[in-house]
Amino acid sequence: MPVRDYIRERFFPHIWCPGCGHGTVMGSMIRAIENLGIKKSDIVVVSGIGCSSRICGYLDFHTLHTIHGRALAFATGVKLSRPELTLIAPMGDGDAFAIGGNHLIHAARRNIDITAIIMNNSIYGMTGGQYSPLTGYGDFATTAPYGNIDRSFDVVKLAMGAGASFVARTTTYHVRSMIKILEKAITHKGFSVVDILSQCPTYFGRKNKLESAVDMLKYYKTHTIPIGSKEKEKNPDLIERGIFVQEKYPEYCAEYDKIIEKASKER
Amino acid sequence: MKKNLLFVQGNEACVEAALYAGLEFFAGYPITPSTEIAELLSYRLPKKGGKFIQMEDEISSMCAIIGASLTGKKVMTATSGPGFSLKQEAIGFAVMTETPCVIVNVQRGGPSTGLPTSVSQGDIMQARWGTHGEHAIITLTASNNQDVFAMTVEAFNLSETFRSPVILLFDEVVAHTRERLIMPEPGEISVVKRLRTSVKEGTDYHPYLPREDGRLPMSDFGGVHRYNVTGLMHDMWGFPSDNPKIVYGLMHHLVDKIEGHTKEITRIKEFFIEDAEYLLISYGSSARTALHVVENRRARGEKVGLLEIQTLWPFPADTVRKRCASVNCVIVVEMNMGQILHEVKKAVDDPDKVFLANQINGSFITPTDILNILRIIQGKGS
Ligand code: SF4
Repeated sequence: MPVRDYIRERFFPHIWCPGCGHGTVMGSMIRAIENLGIKKSDIVVVSGIGCSSRICGYLDFHTLHTIHGRALAFATGVKLSRPELTLIAPMGDGDAFAIGGNHLIHAARRNIDITAIIMNNSIYGMTGGQYSPLTGYGDFATTAPYGNIDRSFDVVKLAMGAGASFVARTTTYHVRSMIKILEKAITHKGFSVVDILSQCPTYFGRKNKLESAVDMLKYYKTHTIPIGSKEKEKNPDLIERGIFVQEKYPEYCAEYDKIIEKASKER
Repeated sequence: MKKNLLFVQGNEACVEAALYAGLEFFAGYPITPSTEIAELLSYRLPKKGGKFIQMEDEISSMCAIIGASLTGKKVMTATSGPGFSLKQEAIGFAVMTETPCVIVNVQRGGPSTGLPTSVSQGDIMQARWGTHGEHAIITLTASNNQDVFAMTVEAFNLSETFRSPVILLFDEVVAHTRERLIMPEPGEISVVKRLRTSVKEGTDYHPYLPREDGRLPMSDFGGVHRYNVTGLMHDMWGFPSDNPKIVYGLMHHLVDKIEGHTKEITRIKEFFIEDAEYLLISYGSSARTALHVVENRRARGEKVGLLEIQTLWPFPADTVRKRCASVNCVIVVEMNMGQILHEVKKAVDDPDKVFLANQINGSFITPTDILNILRIIQGKGS
């Protein structure tokens, strides 16, 4: 199917700014799903609130645009009641790691089969450029006019620590590998976290002297390296990308099916 | 003994009724005094292939049941005071997206942590206005196990009929009082099924275009129709819109579909009201004390009656006004500082004849608490 068959053209043009990385993530998501050959009616996309979360409206799947931070909680309800459906939860970094941090770690702990896609631009875009838990130390934001003193989360380590069975990182510059990673994350049986560095030229770029989307993409090119690259030893500030964890742990819905079996045998 | 006679707590009666009504999915978080509901359902639901999940907090429990409801399941969560506060934003989401769901709030003393194991009826207004923004909501209550059962089934029925969250506002005394419950036979109380669309695959389905009768047939997530659900103001496709005409229409639809059917939603019980000179108005466990007083006074020849309100929201103002028209005095009996008192005063023609008999110290309201007020009004006290 051509890409346009996966979108709701009726609702275009989209609201994203020119140069925003979120469109690239949406395109890659569609291509991954296309490559996997999953039926559109078998996919449920659940998002929260933010620029990233508007992705829901544009996709021709079952789409649920919820409240700030709670996408995974809604997705858990959908998945547990209909485990045969494929659940994808695209979230912004503020959505997933500030207000929604609790749901993320618990979804990871349960290992419920949902793919969490972090559209990580290190800023709150929708509200106009405030710092998020993924804004780096010293970065600028509309609420960090003197530079940010918060330490940022490492999405990969946090997801690993919480027990996610699939953890990966990629960027909007590395579209081909993004598609491959998304394919693996979506087919993975368990909770997957994919951290996608996605540029927000409008706020993060403007506040941090990365003048254009192109500058930001170049930054992703020059400041990230594949996992295990020797470069990292020379320059520890480089960000690793690739698949960090891919493990088989018991999946929550499958475990619950065993409970049903046990309970129905008991009189 | 009849085989369907049970001796249970109010919380258990609620569980039995929810299962009777077809509950398939429950998400919750431990909190006193509603926890027994979660405990029992964790045992009972998987036996019939249903799903129970203990979520990481109250907020996610509310969100999870909304997600499950969209897949076509009958859903419920249960909580108490502080947990009810936490659920409010997501309750608003259910209002806006017209997702059927049932929320049990076993009230306890507040504000804040308050009196976790004591009785109170302080959440009447929170049930009405707890979530932000203009909206309508359905809230039911009950005073004994048999009515807890009936109102719980009713809650599921109304939530399907009106595509709205329905709040079951119980209280600690009702939830923990052990008394008999006669289990209705299957079919004895009617159970409303989810209204699903008849629109065929390949034909446009408009999830938010009401039929002529105002109802909105649903399509299960995972079914043939793919559509968008959002907490933003939306058009008939479920797509965000800030078009003033669309916003105006949706606001009216959300409020009118409930407020416009107040009569249909009203459940009320009347005791000795035909010739009553003094009318008590009460609800929940307070109505047990009120009924005791009424029976006691009647035995002494005093013309006292009781109106027990089971539908708190939308408030049955018309019915209350009519029943209060011919009585000398009205006493609202409740365990708060007068939350329903104000509704009654607004409803009646002569608000000066409406008085309050209440208890707010965490103890259960006693007949004396009511009699003291009644005596003063009757001119027998000081
Ligand atoms: S504000 Fe930033 S994140 Fe939001 S649409 Fe614009 S570029 Fe994208």
